[in-house]
Amino acid sequence: MSDSFQLDGASVSFEAGQTVMQAALAAGRYIPHLCYHPEFKPHGSCKLCTVKVGGRTMAACTMPAEAGLNVESNIEELNGLRRTLVQMLFVEGNHFCPSCEASGNCQLQATAYELQVMTPRFNEFYPDRPLDGSHPDILLDFNRCILCELCVRASSEVDGKNVFALSGRGITKHLIVNAESGLLKDTDMALTDKAMQVCPVGVILKKGRGFSVPIGQRRYDQRPVSAQALDDAPRQADAGGGCSACEGTP
Amino acid sequence: MTDAINNLETAAHPENLRRVVIDPVSRVEGHGKVTLLLDENDRVHQVRLHIVEFRGFEKFVQGRPYWEAPVMVQRLCGICPVSHHIAASKAMDMIVGATITPTAEKVRRLMHYGQILQSHALHFFHLSAPDLLFGFDSDIAKRNIVGIAAAYPEIAKQGVLLRKYGQEVICVTAGKRIHGTGAIPGGVNKNVSAEERDYLLKDIGQMIEWSRASVGIARQLFEQNLDLYNNFGRFEAHTLNLVRADGALDLYHGGLRARDKSGNTLFDHYDYRHYWDVIFEDVKPWSYMKFPFLRSLGPETGWYRVGPLSRVTQCDFIPSPLAEEQRKVFMAFNGGSATGATLGFHWARMIEMLHAAEVIQELLHDPDLQGTDLVNTGKRQERGVGVIEAPRGTLIHHYKVDEHDQIVRCNLIVSTTHNNQAMNEAIRQVARQYIDGRKLTEGLLNHIEVAIRAFDPCLSCATHALGKMPLEVELLDAEGSIVSTLTRSADGVFN
Repeated sequence: MSDSFQLDGASVSFEAGQTVMQAALAAGRYIPHLCYHPEFKPHGSCKLCTVKVGGRTMAACTMPAEAGLNVESNIEELNGLRRTLVQMLFVEGNHFCPSCEASGNCQLQATAYELQVMTPRFNEFYPDRPLDGSHPDILLDFNRCILCELCVRASSEVDGKNVFALSGRGITKHLIVNAESGLLKDTDMALTDKAMQVCPVGVILKKGRGFSVPIGQRRYDQRPVSAQALDDAPRQADAGGGCSACEGTP
Repeated sequence: MTDAINNLETAAHPENLRRVVIDPVSRVEGHGKVTLLLDENDRVHQVRLHIVEFRGFEKFVQGRPYWEAPVMVQRLCGICPVSHHIAASKAMDMIVGATITPTAEKVRRLMHYGQILQSHALHFFHLSAPDLLFGFDSDIAKRNIVGIAAAYPEIAKQGVLLRKYGQEVICVTAGKRIHGTGAIPGGVNKNVSAEERDYLLKDIGQMIEWSRASVGIARQLFEQNLDLYNNFGRFEAHTLNLVRADGALDLYHGGLRARDKSGNTLFDHYDYRHYWDVIFEDVKPWSYMKFPFLRSLGPETGWYRVGPLSRVTQCDFIPSPLAEEQRKVFMAFNGGSATGATLGFHWARMIEMLHAAEVIQELLHDPDLQGTDLVNTGKRQERGVGVIEAPRGTLIHHYKVDEHDQIVRCNLIVSTTHNNQAMNEAIRQVARQYIDGRKLTEGLLNHIEVAIRAFDPCLSCATHALGKMPLEVELLDAEGSIVSTLTRSADGVFN
C-alpha cells in the first residue's frame, strides 16, 4: 500500500523514492515542466514546475514526495509565474516559431500554448548566436537553447561522450560544444546518440529533415503538452514496486 | 504638352515646383508613395512611384539551413505565400539535386493553382470591383466591398466563396490556409487523400461556373466603357513570362519568353536557371525597389511588364478549354486593343482564374495525387534557382548554399519588382490624362490608385482592402511650405 499526498485537493499516491513530479505524472496529473525528463535525474533548473508546499515554493521535480504533503500547483498565482518564465525564455533566445522546423514538436511552444501565453511581454534580447553546421549529419541552432541541459546530461550519462556543456555565468550562460575548435564536427556525436532525441526545442537537428512531417501530424498538433507528458511518464502501474490499486485499470 | 510631360520621371527644374505626395500608397509588402511635381498652372512635371520600405529577407535568410528557406521566405507575404513557398522549394530541389516525383509535382501544382484562384478572386472582387463597378471617382462611402455586397450581393458572395475555395485547396496541400509547409526540398510532405480529393471535388464545378461568369463581367466592363478601358493608363511595354515547352500557359514551370513592344521575340524557352544572363536589375536613388531590365535592351528601354496581361497575351494557347475560348475572345476584342490596356489586366486575370479552376478540376481527377512517392534526392548542388509565375507575375528565387548546408547568398526578384517601371509608366500616363492642369480631388487621387491596383501589387491586397488605402496629399509652395493637406485615413475618412 502506497502513501499519498494532496495535489490541488486530490489525493496522489506515491512509491518510496518518487518525487512530487514523478508521482503526479504517474497519477495522471500534469505539472508544467521543461528541464524535467522521465529518463534523467531531476535537474531543477527551469523552475517551471514550481509548486507551493505548505506555503513555500519548491521545484516539484526535485521535491521528494512525502505522505501528508499539501501541494498546490494549478493555481493562478503559480501559472502566472510560469507564464512569466516562459515569456522570459522566449525573449532570451531567438525563437521564431513561424519558420522554425521544431514548431509543432517544440515543448517550449507547446508549454506556452498550455499556459495561454497570448502575446510577447518583454523586449527581445536578440542575442547573436551563429549556427554550427559543421557536422555532416547534425545542425546546431543555438538560438533556441533554453539551457535545460538535457543534451548535456544525455551525452554524458547515456552516450558517454560529453559533447555538450554550459559555459559562462548568469545572463551570458550558453551551450557550447566540448571540442577545441568548438565545432560539432570535431566531436564523435552521431545521429544515434541519445543527445539527438532529448532537445525539447529546436537546437539539435538532423540535417535535411526540416518540415518533412506535415502539419497535423506533429507531436503537439493533436494532443497538448499536458496530455503528451502523461503519455511519456511511467504510469503508476508501471512504476517500480507496482501499485495494486491501479492494477488492471487502463 | 511640354517636354517634361513627355517623360515625367525627372523634372528639368524641380526647384520651383509644388510637390504633392501620396504617402503611403499601400502597395506590396510595406509602404510606397507617389510624388507629383506640379507648376503654378497645375501642370504635371514629374511623377514617381517610390518604394520606401526596405525588406530584409535576402539578408536574414543568410546563415539559415537551406531546408528552412521555403517556410521562412513565404513570410514575405500573407496574400501569396504559396508563390514564395514553391519558388524556394523549386530552388531547393536543385540544391538537393532532385527531380521531383509526379505526385510531388502535381500536389505542388494543385497548391499553386489554388493560390492563383484565391489571389485573383481576392483582387478582382474585394479590391478592384468597387472601382470598376461603381466608377473611379464614385461616392467614396460606397466604393468598397461592403458597397459591392449591398449593390451586387450575388457577385460579392461569389467572390468570397471563390477565394474560400482556393484557400481550402491550399489547406489540403500545405496543411494551413496561410503559411503552410507542404513543399519541401525534393518534393512534398504529404499527398492528397481520397477524402481530401472528394471534399474539393464537391464544389469545383460551381467554382468553374462562377469563374466563367467573372470573365464575363470583365469583358462587359470593356464593352460598356470601351474608350475608358482601352486608354486608361495605357502604354506600350515589352513582356516577360514563363511558357511551357509547347508554348502553352503554365504558371508552375517552363522557360522564359520575352517579347518587345512590337511582339518580336527577344528570347524564348530560355532556361531560367541562368536568368541573370538575360535579366539585370538597375537601381535608382529615389526608390528602394530595383528596376529589372532585359540585358539586351539596356536599363533605359529594357523594362518590361509581367503578370496576367503578359502571360495571357504572350502564351500560344491556354491548355484548358474554357479559358482558351475566353483567351481567343480577349485577343480578338476590338482588334486586339485590350491586350495592351492597363485595365486589360483585370480581364486577363479573370481568364487565368478560370484556367486555375479548370486545372484544379483536372488535377483532382489524377490518381497521382494519392501517390506515396513524395520525395527525391540526388547529388547536392551549390546553387539553386526557382522560378514560377506567381499571381502577380514572374517570381525568381536564387540561393547559394555552402558546404555546411547554410545559405550564404539569396536574390529574390518578386513579381511587383519586375513591374516597377511599368507601374511608374502607368501612373505617369494617368497623370497626363487626368491630373495635368486640374485641381486635385480625392477622385483624381483614386485614378492613380486604380492604375496601380490594375497590376495587383502585392501588399496593396492586404492594406487597401475595402478600398480604403490610406493617403496623404500635401500641397507645398515653392519654398517647401505646406499650403494645404488632404488626408484619407485607413478608415476612409477625409480630413
